Amino acid sequence: MTRIKFDEQTFETENAETVLHTLLRNNVQVPYGCKAGVCQSCLMRSLDNAPPEKSQVGLKDPQQKQNYFLACLCKPEKDMTITLPNTESVWLEAEVIEKKNLSTNVIFLKLKSKEPLAFFAGQFVNLRRDDGVIRSYSIANIHNGEHELEFHIRILRNGQFSRWVADELEIGMSLSFSHAQGNCHYVERQTEQPLLLIGTGTGLAPLYGIIRDALSHKHQGEIHLFHGSRDASGLYLEKKLIALTQQYPNFHYTPCLSGSDISEKYTQGRANQIALEKFPKLNGWRVYLCGQPEMVLHSKRAAYLQGASLKDISADAFAY
Amino acid sequence: MMTGTTTDLTLFEQLGGEAAVNAAVDIFYRKVLADYRINRFFDNVDMDTQAAKQKAFLTMAFGGPANYSGKDMRDGHAKFVKMGLDDSHFDAVMENLLATLAELNVPQNLIDQVDTIAQTTRNDVLGK
Repeated sequence: MTRIKFDEQTFETENAETVLHTLLRNNVQVPYGCKAGVCQSCLMRSLDNAPPEKSQVGLKDPQQKQNYFLACLCKPEKDMTITLPNTESVWLEAEVIEKKNLSTNVIFLKLKSKEPLAFFAGQFVNLRRDDGVIRSYSIANIHNGEHELEFHIRILRNGQFSRWVADELEIGMSLSFSHAQGNCHYVERQTEQPLLLIGTGTGLAPLYGIIRDALSHKHQGEIHLFHGSRDASGLYLEKKLIALTQQYPNFHYTPCLSGSDISEKYTQGRANQIALEKFPKLNGWRVYLCGQPEMVLHSKRAAYLQGASLKDISADAFAY
Repeated sequence: MMTGTTTDLTLFEQLGGEAAVNAAVDIFYRKVLADYRINRFFDNVDMDTQAAKQKAFLTMAFGGPANYSGKDMRDGHAKFVKMGLDDSHFDAVMENLLATLAELNVPQNLIDQVDTIAQTTRNDVLGK
């Protein structure tokens, strides 16, 4: 017999029943569909003990690593505290420890959490201002034990949150944030796998985090980054990325500009089109797509049609 | 004496179960999306959701656990029938399914069984 803690209540499982069965038997309503591990409607996550491997069949690698499981397949072997996906609404506190401009409209913001953190570079957190305004931002740094988070915040002309970050948020002030979420991060199991990363605008933030994570794990496969912007001022990490290409021979950086009248050191065109034309066969690749929703949607389909497995495509659409 | 050990296994087991479904879904859904005759029905759908549905369909066609009813199939395709979904489109999907199995070197006698099972969904899919 095992104990399942969900939503402040504890339930005991009976004779090898599934988590879904335990919950339904206790009149706890959670989403479910096929009850056979196919539809994935009953996706849940364990916040402590790892779920049995059999309950993770068909889930993506990052989800497996983060202890996601299908409640209908899960006959728990250990006690678990479980939650529905993306409902971990505990807010944590952090202090602003660095803030600077990366370009005229992108701010680098570094927070230090007041308590220990678990995250992967490339995942996102929600940042919350005192009055309740919330925005999601991707994590651009790797976990180094300091419990720090780095973000690239694009300042929008009428952005309620981003304008406040630009004009009023100061070093030493505190900010609430949520636990890290999302599947857009490096998976260390396959260090030989070629990686294709395509980002537009501040979609570069998670990709930069993923690249740093891959390099810190001594990734052996080729790593190709295509960063797109309208004009050169949007290539806000150009110098750092060029330096990385000199340090790591398997890392390649292609800055792409979609505007007209550009210097010849840049590739003219849209980053996703250039990348997907350059690599027409993506069998065995891992693909990361971050930025404008249109770009992400089209590129996901194109990358899949060009041979990448769906489980090897991680996408994060940025709403501005 | 020869015993029919393979025939003691269900079709689903002979095909390779869950792992075989996963291998087939990736190839099958790619063929469907690339097929100009039918891919308009797959615009504007979330690819991960759609792949999960394809997996449910293939699991059923492979003789595995079927977890939806004819009514689900009917309701799920009703809007496509309004868009003009007919036998020619169903045939195109079947063609992609059988080509997927051939590509995975599935023996012809098993392909025939999958064909038979998948064909049983035709009337529900087409709202007949």
